[in-house]
Amino acid sequence: MLNIKNLKASIDGKEILNGLNLDIGAGQVHAIMGPNGAGKSTLSYVLAGREEYEVTGGDITLDGQSIMDMSPEERAAAGLFLAFQYPVEIPGVQMTTFMKTAVNSVRKARGLKELDAIDFLKLMKGKCKELGISDDMMKRAVNVGFSGGEKKRNEVLQMAMLDPKFCVLDETDSGLDIDALKIVADGVNAMRGGDKSFLVITHYQRLLDYIKPDVVHVMSKGRIIKTGGPELALELEAKGYADIVGAAA
Amino acid sequence: MSNITQETIDTVQSINKYDAGFETDIEMEYSPKGLNEDIVRLISKKKNEPQWLLDWRLKAFSYWQKMTEPQWAKLKIPPIDYQDAYYYAAPKDMKKIKSLDEVDPRILETYKKLGIPLREQEVLLGVEGAPTMAVDAVFDSVSVGTTFRAKLKESGVIFCSISEAVQDHPDLVRKYIGSVVPFADNKHACLNSAVFTDGSFVYIPEGVRCPMELSTYFRMNAKNTGQFERTLIIADKGAYVSYLEGCTAPMRDENQMHAAVVELIAHDDAEIKYSTVQNWYPGDEEGKGGIYNFVTKRGICEGRRSKISWTQVETGSAITWKYPSCILKGDYSQGEFYSVAITNNHQQADTGTKMIHMGANTRSRIIAKTISAGQSDSTYRGLVKIMGGADNARNFTQCDSLLIGDKCGAHTVPYIESKNKSAQLEHEATTSKISEDQVFYCQQRGISEEEALALIVNGFCRDVLQNLPMEFAVEAQKLVSISLEGSVG
Repeated sequence: MLNIKNLKASIDGKEILNGLNLDIGAGQVHAIMGPNGAGKSTLSYVLAGREEYEVTGGDITLDGQSIMDMSPEERAAAGLFLAFQYPVEIPGVQMTTFMKTAVNSVRKARGLKELDAIDFLKLMKGKCKELGISDDMMKRAVNVGFSGGEKKRNEVLQMAMLDPKFCVLDETDSGLDIDALKIVADGVNAMRGGDKSFLVITHYQRLLDYIKPDVVHVMSKGRIIKTGGPELALELEAKGYADIVGAAA
Repeated sequence: MSNITQETIDTVQSINKYDAGFETDIEMEYSPKGLNEDIVRLISKKKNEPQWLLDWRLKAFSYWQKMTEPQWAKLKIPPIDYQDAYYYAAPKDMKKIKSLDEVDPRILETYKKLGIPLREQEVLLGVEGAPTMAVDAVFDSVSVGTTFRAKLKESGVIFCSISEAVQDHPDLVRKYIGSVVPFADNKHACLNSAVFTDGSFVYIPEGVRCPMELSTYFRMNAKNTGQFERTLIIADKGAYVSYLEGCTAPMRDENQMHAAVVELIAHDDAEIKYSTVQNWYPGDEEGKGGIYNFVTKRGICEGRRSKISWTQVETGSAITWKYPSCILKGDYSQGEFYSVAITNNHQQADTGTKMIHMGANTRSRIIAKTISAGQSDSTYRGLVKIMGGADNARNFTQCDSLLIGDKCGAHTVPYIESKNKSAQLEHEATTSKISEDQVFYCQQRGISEEEALALIVNGFCRDVLQNLPMEFAVEAQKLVSISLEGSVG
C-alpha cells in the first residue's frame, strides 16, 4: 500500500529525515514511536506534501504510484489522509460547508459524482452516528472553540467521510482524556478490517492499548532504528527510549 | 447560508479576469466634452427639468468650482482633469418607452449577460425560477427601464428613475433632494448635484411593507464618461423597504469617475435596508485603468424608532472613497453598517461609516471586514459621534482586517466623539493573516489552494454576507472569491 524508500527531507536547511524506509501493506496498522525530535511529525507532513519541507532524496509510493510530484490536495484525492496533531481553526466556516467542499473535491478528483446537499447530509449524519459524534458539532465553525477531545473526534469523522486508503494519525492521543481516546480508537478500529492501512505516530504506548498495531517501529534521528511486533511498544514503555536509541547509535 | 457551491469554485477556477468587462456596441449621444455652466444647463434641458432644479444645479456648480477635493483619506489619487470627460451619455434613440419590450435588445442583452433580471414577463407568466425583484436599470446616464411598476403601484409604492420622479412627483423630490446630503457637503457630492443624470427614486407610503426587493443596476458603458447617479429613498411612517444596488463597467485603460449620492429618509417606525454589491472595474494587474468610486451615501432616521441598515460588499474600483452614514435623529432610532471591502492588485479603498447619535436611546452597530491582497491598501475609517442630547446612546463597533500576502496594507482609523456621559461605546478590532496552516489543512482534505482561500475569506466575511438579501448572498460569495483570483501561489 504505502512504500517509503530512503526518504530524506529537511526544513530551513536542517536535515530531519535521514534515509527513512517503511513498507506498510494493505489492511495493516503500523505504529511509529520515538523520542521528541526524532522527526515523527516531519514524516507526517512530508507524507501529506507540506511545501515548507524540502525533500532531498528518496521516494514515496501509494499503491505503487509515486506521490512525490503531487500537491497536497492530489495526495488527499489519491487516498492519503492525515489526522493532525493540532487541528487548525477556520473561523466563520461551518463544518458542514467545509466537509461538503472537501468530500466533493475528493469525489470529483476520483471521478465520482458529486453529492448534492441531501445526499451529503445523509452521509454525514450516518457517519456521525457510527462514530458517536453529535451532529451539533457540524453546525459550528471548523475547530473553533472545540475542546481537545472534540478536535480529535472531528479528525476521525473527517477521516471516515473522505474514505481514504491510507491514514496517518499524528500523535492523535496528545491532550486526550481516556474517554476521548476510546472514542477516537473505536473510530479507527471501525475502519479497520478492509484494505485501509494506518500509520499511528505516538509518543506513548497508551494509544496502542486501544489501537492494536500489527507492526511497531522505533524512530530516532530521522530513521527507523528498530522494527518489531506489538511487544516492542511494551518494551519501550518499560525501558524508555534511551536503551534502544542508545543501542542503535 | 454560506455553502460554497461547486459553481462558486468552478467560477473561481475558470475566471481569470474581470467578468463584467465587456463593452456593448451601441450608438450613443454625448454632451460636448468638458464641464461648464452650459453643460449643466444642457443636462437639465435634456431632462426637461423645472426651473428650481436647474437653479439648484447651477448653485451647486458654482460652489463646486471653489471647492477642493477631500484630502484626509489614506488614498493616492492622481489629479483629476474634470474637463477631459463627458458628463452626459445616453443610448441614442431613447424614446420614452412604455414597456421593457421596447428597450433596445442590445441593452437587454447586456443586462442578461450580467445576470440582471429584467424579465418581468417571465414572472408575470409564472415561469419557474424567475426572480421576484423589481429592477431599475441605469445604462450610463439614463434609466432604461424599471420592472414591476404596475405591481408595486398596487400597494402605493413609487419606484422609478429619478428623472421620471422629477416629472411625475416633483413635490416629493423637491422636498427631499439635498435634505440629507446638501450640495456643499463635499466636492464629489457637489459635482453630483450639478451634473447628476439619473438614478432611482423610491417612495414607500405610510404603513406599507414593500412587497418585493427593489434593485438598481448601474452599468457604465461609454468611454471617457463619468457616472453621476442620484438615489433618493423615502420610507414614510411604519414603512419597510429593502433595496439593492449593483454596479459594473467595461475594462478600459483610462480611469473613469463615479460620483454618486444616495439619500435615505426614514420616518417614525420606518425601516430601510440598503445593500450594495459594488463591482466597478478595478483596473488591471498593473493598476492601469479602473473606476474612481467617490460616493456620498447618507441616511437620516428622522422618526422615532426608525432604522437604517447599510450593507456593502465592495470588491471593485481602482479607488474607493465611501462612507455610508446614519444620522440618528429620532429617539430610539437605530443605524447599522455591515461592510466587506476587498482590495487586490493595486486597488485602494478608504471606506467606513459615520454614526451620528442625536436622539435619546439611539443605537448603532458597525461590523467592518477588510481584506487586502496583492499590493493593495485598504483603510476602515469610521466616526461614532454622540451629541449632547443623545442620552443612553449605544454603539458597538467591530473592525477585522485580513491580510493575504506581504505586500498589502490594512488600516483601521476609528474616531469616537462623545458629548454625553450616559453613552456606552464598544470597539473591537483584529488584524490577522491567512495562515499557511489553514490553507494546508484544507488542502489535506482535498481542497485546492484557491478554493481554500475562498472558503477562509468567505468565513471571515460571514457576519456581513448573511445580512444581504438571500439572492445576493450567493452572488456576493462568488464575487469575494473572484476578487481574490491570483492572490495566492
